[in-house]
Amino acid sequence: MDNVAVSTAGTTRRRLVELFLGGGLLASVASFVYPLLQYLVPPRVADLGGGEVIAAKVGDLKPNSGIIFRFGSRPGLLILTGDGQYHALSATCTHLGCTVQYRGDLREIWCACHNGTYDLNGRNISGPPPRPLQLYQVHVRGDQIFVSRNQES
Amino acid sequence: MLGATGLAWAAQTENTCLDCHSALDPPFQVTAEKFAEDIHSQKGLTCASCHGGDPTKPDESAMTKAAGFRGKIDRKDVPGLCGHCHSDAAYIRQYDPSLRTDQYSQYVTSLHGKLRAKGDDKVAVCTDCHSVHDIRAPNDPRSTVYPLNIAQTCARCHADTAYMKGYAIPTDQFASYSTSVHHDALVVRGDLSAPTCTTCHGDHGAAPPGVSTVQNVCSTCHVFQAQLFAASPHKAAFEAASFPGCVTCHSNHRIVHATDAMLGTGPQSACVTCHTQGDDGYKAADRMHAQLQNLDATIVRSNKILEKARDAGMEVSEALSEQDEARDSLTKARVTIHSLNPAQVDEDISAGLNVTEKAHAAGVAALAERDYRRKGLGLSLIAILAVVIGLRLYLREIESGRRP
Amino acid sequence: MWAKILNWLDERFDWADLTAPLRKKTVPIHDRSYWYFLGGITLFLFGLQICTGILLLLYYRPSANEAFESVQYIMTRVKFGWLIRSIHSWGANLMIFTALCHMFSVFFLRSYRKPRELTWVSGILLLFLAMGFGFSGYLLPWNTLAFFATKVGTDIPAQIPLIGRPIMIFLRGGEDVTGATLTRFFGFHVALLPGITTLLVLVHLLLVQRQGISVPPAVEEDWKEHPARAREMPFFPNFMLRELMAWYIALGVLGALAALSPWGLGTKADAFAPAPAGIKPEWYFLFMFQTLKLIPAKIGFLDGETVGIAAFGLAGLIWMLLPFWVRADKRRTGSWILGAGVFVVAYMASMTVYGYLAK
Repeated sequence: MDNVAVSTAGTTRRRLVELFLGGGLLASVASFVYPLLQYLVPPRVADLGGGEVIAAKVGDLKPNSGIIFRFGSRPGLLILTGDGQYHALSATCTHLGCTVQYRGDLREIWCACHNGTYDLNGRNISGPPPRPLQLYQVHVRGDQIFVSRNQES
Repeated sequence: MLGATGLAWAAQTENTCLDCHSALDPPFQVTAEKFAEDIHSQKGLTCASCHGGDPTKPDESAMTKAAGFRGKIDRKDVPGLCGHCHSDAAYIRQYDPSLRTDQYSQYVTSLHGKLRAKGDDKVAVCTDCHSVHDIRAPNDPRSTVYPLNIAQTCARCHADTAYMKGYAIPTDQFASYSTSVHHDALVVRGDLSAPTCTTCHGDHGAAPPGVSTVQNVCSTCHVFQAQLFAASPHKAAFEAASFPGCVTCHSNHRIVHATDAMLGTGPQSACVTCHTQGDDGYKAADRMHAQLQNLDATIVRSNKILEKARDAGMEVSEALSEQDEARDSLTKARVTIHSLNPAQVDEDISAGLNVTEKAHAAGVAALAERDYRRKGLGLSLIAILAVVIGLRLYLREIESGRRP
Repeated sequence: MWAKILNWLDERFDWADLTAPLRKKTVPIHDRSYWYFLGGITLFLFGLQICTGILLLLYYRPSANEAFESVQYIMTRVKFGWLIRSIHSWGANLMIFTALCHMFSVFFLRSYRKPRELTWVSGILLLFLAMGFGFSGYLLPWNTLAFFATKVGTDIPAQIPLIGRPIMIFLRGGEDVTGATLTRFFGFHVALLPGITTLLVLVHLLLVQRQGISVPPAVEEDWKEHPARAREMPFFPNFMLRELMAWYIALGVLGALAALSPWGLGTKADAFAPAPAGIKPEWYFLFMFQTLKLIPAKIGFLDGETVGIAAFGLAGLIWMLLPFWVRADKRRTGSWILGAGVFVVAYMASMTVYGYLAK
């Protein structure tokens, strides 16, 4: 009589242990494997490698004009001069941070906030800006215009 | 005198005047150290260059009429004396080819010059601003006419109520300017391109810009605002009422940092000075004020949620820096209001709202991700706890001999 | 089913014979047995570092132009990248902490006595390797703090006379900390150090396996006098299952840390920017760093910092060779060794706290 009682108690305890252990193991391993598998799948957003963006497509810009593009989290200015050369620079004015623009009539870069001007190499040539604009490198591959930071020397 | 004879600028180093005059008491005292700071001394000129006399004679014979001694120069004669050399382009070219030589001709057109011609002896002459015997070049930070020092130089007379008695102009300009944004930019931030007295009034040709032309002065730097204003209804209205353009709302000297409260229909606004409830201007002012407030508040709101996400450990640095674009739009909008056209202001406002609303959405997504992570963590911790308990129970089983 | 697999292995590997010593292995049980878990936890964390490290390798780019952005990519774009990276960063710190606890527990339980001297020496070398992992890995995200901490950290060995500068140039891959340093540290972190560490860990484990678990001297004596009191448990499965519990809990702790306090990115390193104020190394170097800061510039005719480095070098050597110069006779050296150990722990802990609070 006693033996049966003990063995039934033993079986339930055994079942409980198996439940905790088996169930727990299964659940915990699943909670490790699920993120792992998700991690292994490459994200859809193609990473171009830090420091390079596609600023525009060939044909987006008319000669002697400029456009603002996003470079990281800051604005950049891409200019196509009359002689077919691309220039890219930071578009954040070094005076008080306004976004500059390309003036085709002056063939200079101009800041509307306080009348600062820069030449095509970013040098501050007139008005309040104290420092030049940072230049970026431009590469045209196919029909895409890539802008990247200047390489570390 | 020197200029007339076209004397070469070979240094006349002998200057015996200082031997005595450095030891004398004021007002005759000029020390060698003091004069050595003077740019004229550094270029080889001596006391005799202005005062006449013979600098090679070490005694009183240096100061005879025969030697050409002029003694102390009368205030009324100072401009003419300085101008004698400084208007002679050929002469000045020998010392500094790019130095201007129109100071005297400008001076006679200035208010100082005009009053001077009428016999007023209290108005400024060259030495009042440039100092005397230790005149430094304007680009020397210790010069009285270095940009950072100009306001104080003008204030020596213009802020002196006792001295300015009898002239019909106020004496609070320096005090007002000292509280202004321009002063802040120049003196505190060190932006040497920021305006000081001479930037708007001219230096040698100093005169207050006229009521009808003062906006031209402001527009030399504040181009955008001036263009918008010129195309706005205010231009014609202000001209008709002889209002001084920009100064009407912004003041001339006490130009404080403009706030959104200056626009609109509130108690601190400039608009209600002329506009009353019901007229078109009042409505436009109200609308533009509301637009600015809206964008400002939206930016603050989205910033709050991004900061909350960031403090919870989420990566939102990109969204946070994109907020700069929205703030740029707000700055642009605060310029566009000078057009007084709410529709035009709306262009900048909606661009800004677009950006900041995207940032807000990114913040909401970040917080949702945070909650998802916490839920996931909770589930996995429960599973881990189950395993730990299970192991404990299993160990107890095998160690109490119930299982092999 | 489990038995079927074991049988299959046994037929090919003679599995039963291979695992026989493991089955025989026992762990002594006494009031200080809990300390025995620390070695296993450290090993588990090391394994976790290898796993998460390999996963990070799938996305990390070791060049100055891309390193920061690739870590940012992992944290923001890769699914659960934040989890893998944070577990790796937190795990590194936890591992060094448990390694230090393991070392001190071995010290206070006096497990380094003969015949376990080499286990101690290999362990100390493993600790140095772990710190090397920490130092090289810290630079890899290429943020401002890491950049300047590496600059300051590699400046220190340069103070050693004669060989100091060559060592510094070897570490930095040049005169200054540049992209070349990053590449070099990456090589150290994922190839050189793992290779050496794996070998040393195997040696360490082999020794423990062959020699069994040590028992503190007092307990040893007690059991000699009263053999009936000696208690032990089989390593497999009893101790192993207990270790598994500890490892699972460690995993839970790491997961919680990663989810509630993910490791930050910082700002991208800019070699031309001025160093921010208050650059400090990671906490496990802090006590040495702080000590060097307190040493006066000159001691007699010697350079203060050089003296400090020499002192630490000497102290490390003495510490590593501890089993060889500590007398076996407990009565003669027992309490002063204990006191010295307490002093070392107290010094390291208090200097670490001081280093944190100091500006």
